[in-house]
Amino acid sequence: MIVLEKRPQPSRGWTWGTPFLAVALTILAGGLMFAALGKDPVVAIRTIFWDPLFGDFASYFRAQLLIKAAPLFLIAIGLSFGFRAGIWNIGAEGQYIMGAVFGAAAALALYPAESRLIFPLAMAFGALGGLIWAMIPALLRVKLGTNEILVSLMLVYVAESILAKMATGPLRNPEGMGFPGSRNLSQWPAVANRELLAGTGMHWGVIAALFAVVAAYVIFSRHLLGFNIRLAGQAPRAAAFAGVNPGALVIICMGVSGALAGLAGFFEVTGPAGQISIDFNVGYGFAAIIVAFLGRLNPVGILLAGLLLALTYIGGELASQQLQLPKASVDLFRGMLLFFLLAVDVLTNFRLRWRSRGVA
Amino acid sequence: MKRRTLLMSGAGTALLASLGAGVRAQDPLKVGFIYVGPIGDGGWTYQHDQGRLAVEEAFGDAVETIYQETVPEGADAERAITQMVLQGCGLIFTTSFGYMDATVNVAAQFPDVKFEHATGYKQAANLATYDARFYEGRAVIGTMAGRLTKTNKIGYIASFPIPEVIQGINSTFLHARKVNPNVEMVVIWAYTWFDPAKEADAAKAMIEQGVDVVMQHTDSTAPQAAAQEAGNVYTFGQASDMSAFAPMPRVASIIDNWNPYYIKRVQAVIDGTWTSGHSWGGMAEGEVVIGEITDAVPAEVKAEAEVMIAAITGGTYHPFTGPINKQDGTPFLAEGEVATDEQLVTMNFYVEGMTGDIPS
Amino acid sequence: MDLSAISPTLLLASLMVSATPILLAAIGELVVERAGVLNLGVEGMMIVGAICGFMVAVGTGSVALGFVGAALGGALLALLFGFLTQVLLSNQVATGLALTLFGLGLASLLGQGYIGIRAPEIAKLDIPLLSDIPVLGPILFQHDLMVYVGLAICAGVWAFLKYSRAGLTLRAVGENHDAAHALGYKVIRIRLAAIMFGGACAGLGGAYLSLVRVPQWTEGVTAGQGWIALAIVVFAGWRAGWLVVGAYLFGGISVLQLNLQAAGVPIPVEYLSMAPYVITILVLVALSAGRSSAALGAPGSLGKSFHASS
Repeated sequence: MIVLEKRPQPSRGWTWGTPFLAVALTILAGGLMFAALGKDPVVAIRTIFWDPLFGDFASYFRAQLLIKAAPLFLIAIGLSFGFRAGIWNIGAEGQYIMGAVFGAAAALALYPAESRLIFPLAMAFGALGGLIWAMIPALLRVKLGTNEILVSLMLVYVAESILAKMATGPLRNPEGMGFPGSRNLSQWPAVANRELLAGTGMHWGVIAALFAVVAAYVIFSRHLLGFNIRLAGQAPRAAAFAGVNPGALVIICMGVSGALAGLAGFFEVTGPAGQISIDFNVGYGFAAIIVAFLGRLNPVGILLAGLLLALTYIGGELASQQLQLPKASVDLFRGMLLFFLLAVDVLTNFRLRWRSRGVA
Repeated sequence: MKRRTLLMSGAGTALLASLGAGVRAQDPLKVGFIYVGPIGDGGWTYQHDQGRLAVEEAFGDAVETIYQETVPEGADAERAITQMVLQGCGLIFTTSFGYMDATVNVAAQFPDVKFEHATGYKQAANLATYDARFYEGRAVIGTMAGRLTKTNKIGYIASFPIPEVIQGINSTFLHARKVNPNVEMVVIWAYTWFDPAKEADAAKAMIEQGVDVVMQHTDSTAPQAAAQEAGNVYTFGQASDMSAFAPMPRVASIIDNWNPYYIKRVQAVIDGTWTSGHSWGGMAEGEVVIGEITDAVPAEVKAEAEVMIAAITGGTYHPFTGPINKQDGTPFLAEGEVATDEQLVTMNFYVEGMTGDIPS
Repeated sequence: MDLSAISPTLLLASLMVSATPILLAAIGELVVERAGVLNLGVEGMMIVGAICGFMVAVGTGSVALGFVGAALGGALLALLFGFLTQVLLSNQVATGLALTLFGLGLASLLGQGYIGIRAPEIAKLDIPLLSDIPVLGPILFQHDLMVYVGLAICAGVWAFLKYSRAGLTLRAVGENHDAAHALGYKVIRIRLAAIMFGGACAGLGGAYLSLVRVPQWTEGVTAGQGWIALAIVVFAGWRAGWLVVGAYLFGGISVLQLNLQAAGVPIPVEYLSMAPYVITILVLVALSAGRSSAALGAPGSLGKSFHASS
């Protein structure tokens, strides 16, 4: 029978190989699913993965890819800090929402001024909003040992209620005929998150994300904080002996992920989404968890994984419209991707061995 | 003009140039539909899709339709609409208020494509808006509700506190009170257009408090199911006929009939006579239809309803005819005065006699 | 404002109905977590159960068979989770989230042809004398069968964990899987069985939504109730008795909110709708502040992967 034998240390080859294997398996299984739905699997896979990058109007879709991926990058980088240390911030969606609410509120309080300072100010408030929202589970864990998974998750729903209240009440557009939703922030030049290079989709959020990737890379590979985080995650007792303060680590990691998620929310609400509305949040906080794992919690990996996941979104919508493929099938495709990744991940830490029964 | 639009319209012109090369006059007109929900929802989106099918049937090979369902509002909507333009659509219907800014943005980038936005208020040279006078239907069912109730308590499951919904509530209440001065109306705000679980719970809560006629501005059949379980509770189909629940509890319905409007507009594009504007059709245009009134309704009530339908359809009766006062007692319409469209579209108050407040 | 319009009897009866889906899902998850596995995929299992139950009920015309189908569907999906976490030793948190995502997508896909269809109706209990007792009748004796099944499962799990040998084994595995393995217990097998039980219960809870409470199939019919079920398990301190209290509390709040609105009480809707979640957090805090983690009752090996080193 096949047994799993622990490797002395994680295999380097498989660490980078597993995502590719997972993607290959997903394409296979996904193809079968599309065929079962009566669509040509090759065309479907091509529409999802190839067309947005190299097909008709690819320049438009490539820009959309960056727009879709930017919040994923930002949030996933933040999450990777916590996940590496064993701190599970599942409530990034809530922090994303609160960042948008805080940022939009700060900006709208100054409407209709035209100062250049409004954008950075609102951005700071956005990061603050996410930070505060992440501090709730962080402090509860540090002071009282409360499970941060559940607290951060429950706070997502609280944040959604607050969003609805803001969109229909305090932040509602007074010139909006009574409809819920704030003023359109992307149409107000002082705070609009503009595209910096024509037609590339590169807005301030993308710039921030690239900064975050570089910063995370430097921190993890060179800085003591990064070392402590990795140590705490892989060998908690050794970390304790080394003098790593677990409470401080929780606060820092949750704070970073909260702030980055809040920033992502701010860039979205002043850019692609444009306004605070009841349906503002579309699940980036949860998708970013997948991106973080797919990218092996490594900044460069997260960059690639974010682009891949964004591709499944953009390509999926294209397939949905062109091939009349049900939206649910693309969601399932994404779920399969994560499953396969988790499944083949075993090869990184374990070897497969044949062993006959009965041997001591 | 915001910079992003400026930059994108450059790209848009380039894209259109490549498109224009391929389109000939005798090519079938491609008409696109963006839906906010699934076509199987049996309500709002279902009716729009019926309109699409009617267009296909009326024009045959001269027209080709495509659709995308469950499109979230915001950046995703903008992408979906743009995708339809890139696929060669000449006319696009966006069927939810939340698509307003997205439609405006895309319309600005593609001046040769015509856009129709449902229930919105922003127009452009190539962007028209359209809506239906649902309050006319509500007048009829309000009258029936006032007659049918035995407990003198009728209920209304409302969605969002926007003028359209408030028109419905007021119209229903005015006409129920007209035939039954003792009737009280209970309003529950569900803050959703479609959430069967919430609608079922809201209906049950009302029924438990003595309501025996349940009306709704939400789209699922959950209230019908709840009413059926309770027995002896009347309901009305909303947006679509909901005839599966006839003859009880669904005793009549308000049907959104977009067919005549869609056919008219597609014909206008084909003939080259399409112009922008705001269309607000009602019973007279066939856009609001009262579904079959079942035998569970006494004959004289049915007759009364039919008289009112004829009067509204013929233009001799307007549901908002004075004297009507606002909830705080101030006069709204004098004796014989008819509300203007402007007044209706900005309606943000209850009429006299309604208890409770509109959530702010 | 007319508070007298709210009937406490009917409110309590509605509360029991409203609590049943989360009660079922939570009791299943309780068993799973007692065995030391953290399965965050409850939402996914519930919604797969909802569509499976709906499909079987519509196909066979029998609601009872629908529930059986739902339990099977939930269990199979949970088996996928079990295989990944117990055999392939994947991270439990990530796998649970993947399960939710996968389950939501799968249910949505399967349900494509079932939107707007009506399910067969479930029979309500109608015991001749008992059901007519003025106050207790509607509260205790007029429900559909699944409400009682849910309570029975809770009682059964309580007795199982407290009094049976198998229950003790399960708890041992959850507290310290290495010790249990040393004693010769088949850790992986026990955990897989617990995981499948959890999936079956979550499936039943989901089917209750699609077959009884709504009753319809729509995308996202579970609307986050799976996550509430997870919270209830912690709220209950991993004990079956308190789990019932927790479920009724949460079921009660959402029902109360609508009743208050109908009675004209001017509490802002959004604040009421966030109440269940805020209360969960407060309870979580109170629980952790009150005692040390050991006394909290969290199974010692919760969330840790088990790999026999020999």
